[in-house]
Amino acid sequence: MAEPGRVAEGLRAYRMIAVMWIRSTMAYRASFVMTTVANFAATALDFVAILLMFSRVDALGGYTLPEVAFLYGLSGTAFGLADLTIGSMERLGRRVRDGTLDTLLVRPAPVLAQLAADRFALRRLGRVTQGALVLGYALTSLDIAWTPLKLLLMPVMVVSGAAIFSAVFVAGAAFQFVAQDASEVQNAFTYGGTTLLQYPPTVFAKELVRGVTFVLPLAFVNWLPATYVLGRPYPLDLPVWTAFAPPLVAVGCCALAGAAWRTGLRSYRSTGS
Amino acid sequence: MGAGRLYAAVASGAFRRYATYRAATAAGVFTNTVFGLILVYTYLALWDEKPHLGGYDQAQAVTYVWLGQALLSTLAIGGGGVEDELMERIRTGDIAIDLYRPADLQLWWLSADLGRALFQLMGRGVLPFVFGAVFFPVALPSDAGTWAAFLVAVLLAMLVGFGIRFLVALSAFWLLDGTGVAQTAWITGFFCSGMVLPLNVFPGAIGETVRALPWSSLLQAPADVLLGRAEPWGVFAFQGAWALALLALGRLVQSVATRRVVVQGG
Repeated sequence: MAEPGRVAEGLRAYRMIAVMWIRSTMAYRASFVMTTVANFAATALDFVAILLMFSRVDALGGYTLPEVAFLYGLSGTAFGLADLTIGSMERLGRRVRDGTLDTLLVRPAPVLAQLAADRFALRRLGRVTQGALVLGYALTSLDIAWTPLKLLLMPVMVVSGAAIFSAVFVAGAAFQFVAQDASEVQNAFTYGGTTLLQYPPTVFAKELVRGVTFVLPLAFVNWLPATYVLGRPYPLDLPVWTAFAPPLVAVGCCALAGAAWRTGLRSYRSTGS
Repeated sequence: MGAGRLYAAVASGAFRRYATYRAATAAGVFTNTVFGLILVYTYLALWDEKPHLGGYDQAQAVTYVWLGQALLSTLAIGGGGVEDELMERIRTGDIAIDLYRPADLQLWWLSADLGRALFQLMGRGVLPFVFGAVFFPVALPSDAGTWAAFLVAVLLAMLVGFGIRFLVALSAFWLLDGTGVAQTAWITGFFCSGMVLPLNVFPGAIGETVRALPWSSLLQAPADVLLGRAEPWGVFAFQGAWALALLALGRLVQSVATRRVVVQGG
């Protein structure tokens, strides 16, 4: 594990690089506004599609519109936060290909922090905002029997979910050391993952639900904890305590992703050109 | 070299260029298959709730999903066509080199995009579609005529798709950084082409509007032909009209834009 000094150093580097990119983005203000709106709209249209579906049906997989919106909002917010903070990692493949990763290796700052802040895109706030708005809509239209435990679970869920998605981003980047051109595979798990979680688990085949519970534990981002909050039957008949597992799962995922990242970085051989 | 041969060479060059990146193609096939899987289950749930929604039965809805995944990168509905490169060339000024080539700018990039689209269709599109057809109940036509008509509809969709994206790329002559316009365009395209939900499921006036827009030529039109839901000639006429209109507009904008170009020395 990294010692505290190194983490602080990484965070400092991250902050400095992110601020630099924000200033650089502001050089083209019109483009910034448009890309932020586009970022918001891109995800908003996802939800419009769900609204259109519900204009023709009353329930999807037994879930009503506010319930689906609840799942959607949680998944969207958690993924949006991960995408904002660490989403730039998906560009690693390009840096490996063209050899610009070498530049980052000689700088006196952790490579992970440099890459995560690389081309930091404030416009991704658009996605977070959209997720939060849908979550807000869901919370006002759902009649949830709130308990202190359920209230506590809400922020825990969003933070753990963001951490789980961040781990997926880091693991995806580690994979790109090997895969290079095949970086798009990552999209299946990041963007694909958040799309999957927007719909109720009852919609999908058992094998798929098993896969995202036990192999790639995305189900802990929202499906399991949300099931508890909504008081619905658990997917795969899992025990109730699994709803409270997200923080543990997130820590586990981050540890594994960190290990994968270090392995990947050690295996890096420059293009040599 | 005859003009026809020149553009054929550009197209085959683009085809081979995309064919070079085998790992990227395999990754694309994988990703399209995963997205197809996610969508197919949501559609199955939707059609379970309401059979014959939008006039499709369940098998037709499933076919529609896999067709969408097959055509997504072919028609560059979510971006990834030649417009990225063209915009970058306009921004950096390399476009000046393209302009003094003894070839037409629009036809040059159209050929390049057709070459790209053809490769994406064969390399990236066919496999997810076959996967879907093997593992899920699909509704495919049994007569060669429908398949041929479907291919014509896909070709016309390629022209319409390029027509839209060429206009998007030319906006960089005025904006320099065309990222915002490009993103807005692909989001609109994603939604209005029926990638998220078939356009015939859209209710009332929204439905009628999106079905009349050029984007419905991209996915909905070939799907209608393949699923035998529309008379091919009518679909061709609709797509052809949009292709002509967009390409003509592109030509007009191109002539205005190129008059703006100032080649700087150095």
